[in-house]
Formats: sequence, structure tokens, C-alpha cells
Amino acid sequence: MSLPYTSAEMMSVTAARALENGMTCFVGIGLPSEAANLARLTHAPDVVLIYESGTLQTKPEVLPLSIGDGELAESALTTVAVPEMFRYWLQGGKIDVGFLGTAQIDRFANLNTTLIGDYHDPKVRLPGGGGAPEIATNAGEVFITLKHSKRAFVKDVDFVTTLGFGRDGKGRDGVPNIGRGPTRVITDLCVMKPDPQSKELVVASLHPGVTRNDVIEATGWDVRFADSLDSTPEPSAHELEILRELKDRTERQHAGE
Amino acid sequence: MAEFLSLHDAVARYVKDGATLAMEGFTHLIPFAAGHEVIRQRKRDLTLIRMTPDLIYDQLIGAGCAKKVIFSWGGNPGVGSLHRLRDAVEKGWPRKIEILEHSHAAMACAFEAGAAGLPLAVLRGYVGSELPNVNDQIKFIECPFTGERLAAVPAVRPDVSIVHAQRADRAGNVLVEGIVGVQKEAVLAARHSIVTVEEIVDDLGAHPNACVIPGWAIDAIAVAEKGALPSYAHGYYPRNNRFYKEWDAIARDRDAFSAWLDDNVYRQDNVYRQDDKPAGGVS
Repeated sequence: MSLPYTSAEMMSVTAARALENGMTCFVGIGLPSEAANLARLTHAPDVVLIYESGTLQTKPEVLPLSIGDGELAESALTTVAVPEMFRYWLQGGKIDVGFLGTAQIDRFANLNTTLIGDYHDPKVRLPGGGGAPEIATNAGEVFITLKHSKRAFVKDVDFVTTLGFGRDGKGRDGVPNIGRGPTRVITDLCVMKPDPQSKELVVASLHPGVTRNDVIEATGWDVRFADSLDSTPEPSAHELEILRELKDRTERQHAGE
Repeated sequence: MAEFLSLHDAVARYVKDGATLAMEGFTHLIPFAAGHEVIRQRKRDLTLIRMTPDLIYDQLIGAGCAKKVIFSWGGNPGVGSLHRLRDAVEKGWPRKIEILEHSHAAMACAFEAGAAGLPLAVLRGYVGSELPNVNDQIKFIECPFTGERLAAVPAVRPDVSIVHAQRADRAGNVLVEGIVGVQKEAVLAARHSIVTVEEIVDDLGAHPNACVIPGWAIDAIAVAEKGALPSYAHGYYPRNNRFYKEWDAIARDRDAFSAWLDDNVYRQDNVYRQDDKPAGGVS
């Protein structure tokens, strides 16, 4: 029997399922944080969540609004200085997966969080790189999650803040000590994975009720579909219940402050 | 040796027009009271350094204090844009500012290099990023031992660093607890440093490995109770997430921002404080 759920819930649950129990995950704020904590509260109780504010192995009761909320430090095994976080834990190769969001992504999974338009005359100025440029290259692999739209999924990003596979798909070739890069992109419509040769993002599975045309309409390049196109499994009642409780708790706490 | 000064006097003595100023605190312990004092004293042409400009630099930029901002993530955490930063970059209001942007890893390393007295920081960074195309302070060097190509950025060496901490003892030794960010590095990297604290105590109560900055490594201590609001002070008060959300509407509009600044900074009484102490908590 199918359950009523939203496309946003479908995205969070699918993103959460990407994390395996016991992985060490460097977590971005927003959707990645929601997915990573859902994983921890469901199938992956021993997933190790690390935030760039220096909080190691943290287990927040509510989702943080910022990357450095007190909740993260209070529920962490330990909290280290930010230089140590980036140098020892990330650059030192202790992170299995970086979990990132983005404003813009292109067909080679390059991420733009810097600006829309020309650098010296921006149409829209975005926040900038933050931790992402080094998370994407120093973590073992990268998961990306964001809502699907033509504005976000563009053929070529206006600016490569963070490397996916470069403007030509070859950006990681021959680079020593670099992670595998993006291995999956989870949206509210589908899951995309890079083609093993060209590194172009290809639709690997469609969420229930989503058509090929829905994805084509929401993607800014001539998007391809895997030969063995899967249907993404639906969320379970348990996952939906945990996710809704987590979001309710979070909303109540943020509203009360 | 740390000297106990009022916040007004500490800022007046150490923050000069045209200075390079780092006000650190990674989401936590952001020295807002000191930032407001800088605005009230109408400091100009500052080069502001901060990993996450946050609301504090949005306010300083909107107040016209900055000529240049060096940063690595310029958003309102969990909310959206910093509209005063954007207005200055996109439209030049209230003045044109120059920006120099890095990644977090590079800035954290640059603060550490500054504290270590080195001219540069080396990291495995910026691979494939286009940030080096727009920031001439990012270079690449070859490791003399392995030949690996690595990124290099200049050390951060501010004229003045200002951080907020939970408490100081009567000798001016400072304890920082919780998310410690790059606060210690910022203090040690700077020519002069001001630390604002929630309170002065007889005994810091610090465990042997706590983050303690010795008084002799600090120039001035100023008491600024609730001096980190609307950010938070671990063990003292929580982050005012509601204000961070409200800031979006205030900062989006030039007039609303100017009115907010008049009411809450220039006139010294602060809406997001729970008490009625003057902003800055000058003792």
C-alpha cells in the first residue's frame, strides 16, 4: 500500500538511504543535514556526523539552523578548532562522504554557490564556497541533494565554486590524493549518477509517479536516462514518522527562540 | 599583559581608520557588542576579515565601515543572503567594497599560519575550483619532497583581532568553551587583540586541555555581558534564531536597516537583548 508523502519527503528519505551505517559523513547545512540525521535516526544509528564548525560525531536532537548551533557541540563526542577540522579530519582523509547542497549544478556535477552572472558584475551574489571546495575533493566521495529545477540544473554553471568533474568531465583525472567526487545527486524527482566514462550526470532512478518528461522539463541540458532505469523505492511509514517528528521538533524549537 | 578597559576605550585605542580587523567566532561567540562599538565610533575604510561575515559584518558593511571584506562564506546561516553585503557588492551602497573570497579550509589555515608566524599556509585545496581565477591571493606551489601541487594562501595577520569569550580571570586569562572556531588563532595572529567577555571571575575553572588564551598574549579585556547576542555563548545563553530570521526583512531594505541601526546601535539600546543594558555592556 502506498503512503501519502510529499516530494520533499521523498527526497529526504532517498538522500538518507544513501548513507550507510558506520560511514563518517561531513555534513552541509540544510537538506544534507536533514537527510544525514534522518539516516542516523533510522537505518544508520552509527553513522558519524561531522560539521565544519568542529563538532565531531554529533547527535543533534533538533536540526541546527546554522552550522554552529550549540546543539551540535552539546551532543558531540568532542569539538575541535576549525583549522583542525579541515586539516586533520578532512584533508587527513578521515571522511568517507561529504554531503552537500548547492544553488547551481551542471551536467558534470560542478557546483556553483558563488554568483549568478559575471563575477565582476553579478546578477545575484550567493554566499560563496564555505567548506565545499575542499570537502568535494578531500572526502572519499560526495553526495549532493537539492530540488530539481531548470534554474538549478544548468548545462554549465556560471562559476565553478566546487569541483564535480570539471568543465570537460576530466577535472579529477591524474590528480593525486583526490576523492572519487560526486557519486550521486538526489533530487525531489530522481537520483542521478555520473556516467562511468564521460562523468555526465545520468538519471539512474525516477521517484514514484515522476515521468521522464518531468525530469527533462526541469533540467537545463539534454539529460540522458540509464538503460536500466530504476524506480526509487518509496519511503516507509517508519521513515516518514521519524522525519516528521524531527521536523516538528525543529520547528517548535526554532520558533520558540 | 591584558589591560582591563571599557569596550569604548578598547575600540578607540586599537581600531584605527584603515585598519585590517578580524572579528572572529564561528557562528558561536560572535563579538556583536564590539561590532556595534566600531559602528558607533564611525570607523572607516576597514579591511574586515572573517570566515563567515554573518550579521555582524552585514551591519558593519551597511553602516559604511568597510572598504574591503575577506571571507569564505557570506550568508545568513540557514536563512539566506546577507543583504547589506549583497547591496554593497551589487550596487555599491552605501559605498563600493572590494571582496576577496576564499574557502573555509584556506581561511582556517591562513589564520593558523598567522598564529604560527609563517608568511603562508599550504593546503590541498582549490582543486578544480575557479576561485583562484578571481582571487590573486590564491597560488599553487610544488611540494619540494613529493612534487605534489598544493594551494598556498598568505597568512592572516590582522592589525587588530576582536573575539568574544565566556570569561576572564583577574589576570586577564581567557577561557573559550564550546565551538572554538579560529578565535585563538585570530588573537595570536594579530598585532593587537581585544577580548570581550561575559564576566570576570576569580577562577576560570578550566580543565587542563581547555582552550585558554593567556592574559599576556592579549592587549585588552572588556566586559560585554550578552556581547555575543544574537549569536550565542555556550553555557550562558542560546542563539537567537528568531532574530537571525527577522534580520532578513530588516536588512533587505535600506531604510529599514538604517532605522534599525539608529534605534539599536547609534542609540545604544538593543531590541534583541533580553535586558535593558546599553549595547556593549560597557562597565
